[in-house]
Amino acid sequence: MTRFLVRRLAHAAFLLLGVSLLAFLFSTLAPGNYFDEMRLNPQISAERLSALRAEYQVDRPMAVRYARWASALLHGDLGFSFAYNTPVAPLLWTRARNTLLLTGTATVLVWILALPLGVWSAERLGRPADVALSWATAVLLIIPDLTLALGLLVLAVRSEWLPTGGMVSVGFDGFSAAHKIRDVALHMVLPVTVLVAAALPVLLRHVRAAVAEALEVPFLRAAEGHGISRRRLLYRYALAAAAHPLIALFGFSLGTLLSGSLLVEVVMSWPGLGPFLLEAILARDLYVVIGGVLLSTLFLVTGNFVADLLLYWADPRIRSEAAGR
Amino acid sequence: MNQILEVRDLRVAYGGRDGGVWYALNGVSFGVGAGEILGVLGESGSGKSTLAATLLRLLPANGRIAGGQILLEAADVVQMDAERLRSVRGRRVSIVFQEPSLALHPTIRIGEQVGEVLHAHGTLSKRERGERARGILAKVFSGDIERIFSSYPHELSGGQQQRALIAQAIACEPVVVVADEPTASLDPTTQREILTLFQTLRDQFGIAFIFITHNPALLAGFADRVLVLYAGKVAEVGPTHAVLSSPQHPYTQALLKCVPQVAAGEALRHKALLPVIGGSAPSLAILSRGCVFEPRCEERMEMCQTQEPAAAMLGNRHEVSCLKFPA
Amino acid sequence: MEPVIRVENLVKRHAGRGFGRRAPGFTAVDSVSFSILPGTTLALVGESGSGKSSLALCLACLERVTAGQIWFEGRDLAALEEKELRAVRPKLQLVFQDPANSLNPRWAVGKIVAEPLLVQARIAKRERDARAAQVLERVGLSAEYLERRPQELSGGQRQRVAIARALILEPKLLILDEVLSALDCSIQAQIANLLVELQRTYGLAYLFVTHDLRMAAHLADEIAVMSRGKIVEQGAAEKILRHARCEETKSLLGAASLAPEAIAAVRER
Repeated sequence: MTRFLVRRLAHAAFLLLGVSLLAFLFSTLAPGNYFDEMRLNPQISAERLSALRAEYQVDRPMAVRYARWASALLHGDLGFSFAYNTPVAPLLWTRARNTLLLTGTATVLVWILALPLGVWSAERLGRPADVALSWATAVLLIIPDLTLALGLLVLAVRSEWLPTGGMVSVGFDGFSAAHKIRDVALHMVLPVTVLVAAALPVLLRHVRAAVAEALEVPFLRAAEGHGISRRRLLYRYALAAAAHPLIALFGFSLGTLLSGSLLVEVVMSWPGLGPFLLEAILARDLYVVIGGVLLSTLFLVTGNFVADLLLYWADPRIRSEAAGR
Repeated sequence: MNQILEVRDLRVAYGGRDGGVWYALNGVSFGVGAGEILGVLGESGSGKSTLAATLLRLLPANGRIAGGQILLEAADVVQMDAERLRSVRGRRVSIVFQEPSLALHPTIRIGEQVGEVLHAHGTLSKRERGERARGILAKVFSGDIERIFSSYPHELSGGQQQRALIAQAIACEPVVVVADEPTASLDPTTQREILTLFQTLRDQFGIAFIFITHNPALLAGFADRVLVLYAGKVAEVGPTHAVLSSPQHPYTQALLKCVPQVAAGEALRHKALLPVIGGSAPSLAILSRGCVFEPRCEERMEMCQTQEPAAAMLGNRHEVSCLKFPA
Repeated sequence: MEPVIRVENLVKRHAGRGFGRRAPGFTAVDSVSFSILPGTTLALVGESGSGKSSLALCLACLERVTAGQIWFEGRDLAALEEKELRAVRPKLQLVFQDPANSLNPRWAVGKIVAEPLLVQARIAKRERDARAAQVLERVGLSAEYLERRPQELSGGQRQRVAIARALILEPKLLILDEVLSALDCSIQAQIANLLVELQRTYGLAYLFVTHDLRMAAHLADEIAVMSRGKIVEQGAAEKILRHARCEETKSLLGAASLAPEAIAAVRER
């Protein structure tokens, strides 16, 4: 077990290191930087500019800057934002929290819907009910997310049933606790709906395929021959047999928690990582961009790691293999 | 003998993708007495695996029972609704499949898999199920029951996996167990151990077995009666020694001659050509008039082409479906 | 007469798994020696895990041996380089137990059978087809099978195709690894007859690997019983059958005797 853990962790750390290097390299290779944009601003003098450049050390060689940044990172310091003039970490964290609220809710909902629907569909493979569901998901799949988001926005504006953007209403700070929760929840309805609608068809199809395959294996037929109930066959035997693809998918879901909602956030002006990073990229706010990329990668890596752990827990054959090494 | 299972005129049809229909079983009738071991002998295409699946109504989606009755303790399995069927499977009749490594769930412990069968047919608590499962494992394993109980299938040998499957099959003390080529993938020695286990279970608990195989060698000295299946029909059925040592149906005779004889006292007919059955197994898509074995039969008569043989009783419960013997 | 193949003190050890090679190695074949004369059959009998299949793979030059010699046509195969082995392999052909797994399902039978020719030398397509048809006829399949695909064939026909493919390079030794085990009795008899006829006609030598002592006694001149990597008993088929000394042999005999002996016993009752 320890061996297995250490190997996976080392693998993850290696990946993070590589991504940070690449992110750093690409963002410094891109032409221009934050201060080049400033140069166009007549209100800032040339002396002030060069003082700022010296302060932020943008003129030092890249290797030196990477080394400084990396050593700071080890102490939890993600660098400094040029635009906000504050450390990057707290900035990122507030935005990430908002994003996670959105994507976390959407992910839970998607899985709650996809698992039973996928099992239900796989059980009726090829029958009218399954075919109808396949068509429905196919339609959902071909509608672009953007169209869906805009369509829902239009609907919300016309009907005035739901708030159409942002995360809170005006005067939020004066609300009672219950009112606050209700307010945020209402604001979440539209973006979460778009996220669920976008992810559901894909996940549903995967669950359906995995369970359908599991239903074909001989041990399910054997279990049926022992009088195991239909329910238990589906939810204990078949789901356990489909654990491999499902866990891999779950890891992927976890991995995309931070990066999966960028578009929706921008369209629905949700104060998450999406709009924030977009703004930072346009302004060439170097350390914010790198921090954002690194944080997303961290989630991807963690998602994979959690999936590996879950597989290890779910499949005794993997445990035996790891022990045999 | 008290008949616990009686199959009457069973017909099973498969539909092909091209819309064609063929009959894997075409009017099969036989009975099994309490505590009896019935060996079903058949080659590929005889319908023997279909028979195993049909007895528990576990046919694949393209197969259906086209007629007949399966009377299990006087109740017709063919007519049962889904819940009744579920409650009968594993409790009154159960099945042991061919490939033990594929018939056990790979990520559930053996003890738990036996417990699942108890759970499906009873109201025992989890702890009681565990105790019972240990007791059941003790009937089929000798030695370290605790280790087997908490093992996963991949940690066991092929023979042990087959024993675990048998434990599941007998967990609820059924009256009859259908075993579909249960030893085909095992070594000769392990094969023999499993056969001995079946006999022990029969002697101790009175469980009847329907033992399906393509290998006549396994049945001698093991089965009480042998049923020979050819092209979805019963060619011959009778006491084991009668069928194997004085077979009456031309197909059975030809089949048994294919096995090289190494009997003591007889000189080894070394590298002699073995007698073979000419032709090939018939297509089941064409419903022939007359006897299904006629095209390959060395004793065919004119009427064999047009007249379907009925079972003729030769005495001593030995029945043969051949026109040589008038019914 | 000069043996086709002579094996001396052959050892096959599988390395332990893992990085540190901490797991102890596993000796699949442990100092095995035998030889096979032209036109004769040696049956290698044992349970699974006895090392008989490892030995078959070593002889077919599909696995390198750990120690010992395999003398074939005056050369020690164990000492040959991979490049030199390529020239030898056509003369030692291996046929597997389950032809369903060893035949490419997307190819027509003609192409499957002619494939070894394709690998070995540049031969015109028409010549290849003619040779394929010829060799199929030798195993009892008419030329109309050339265009069929493996899944359209029965188990016995597939095994015939596998044998035809092995024959096309005109080998001296066929290594038959459980070729009858997956077949029905009546089909077993047909394939056994085919093997006997091919041996009579072409003087082929066989290494017949099986767990079926009965069939071994029928087909082989000599039987070697393997257990835990070693040959525990070896001799003329008749002798092994009637006067087995080892426990392993008796156990295999016991398993086989559920058959005709038991029938004979019943007959006497």
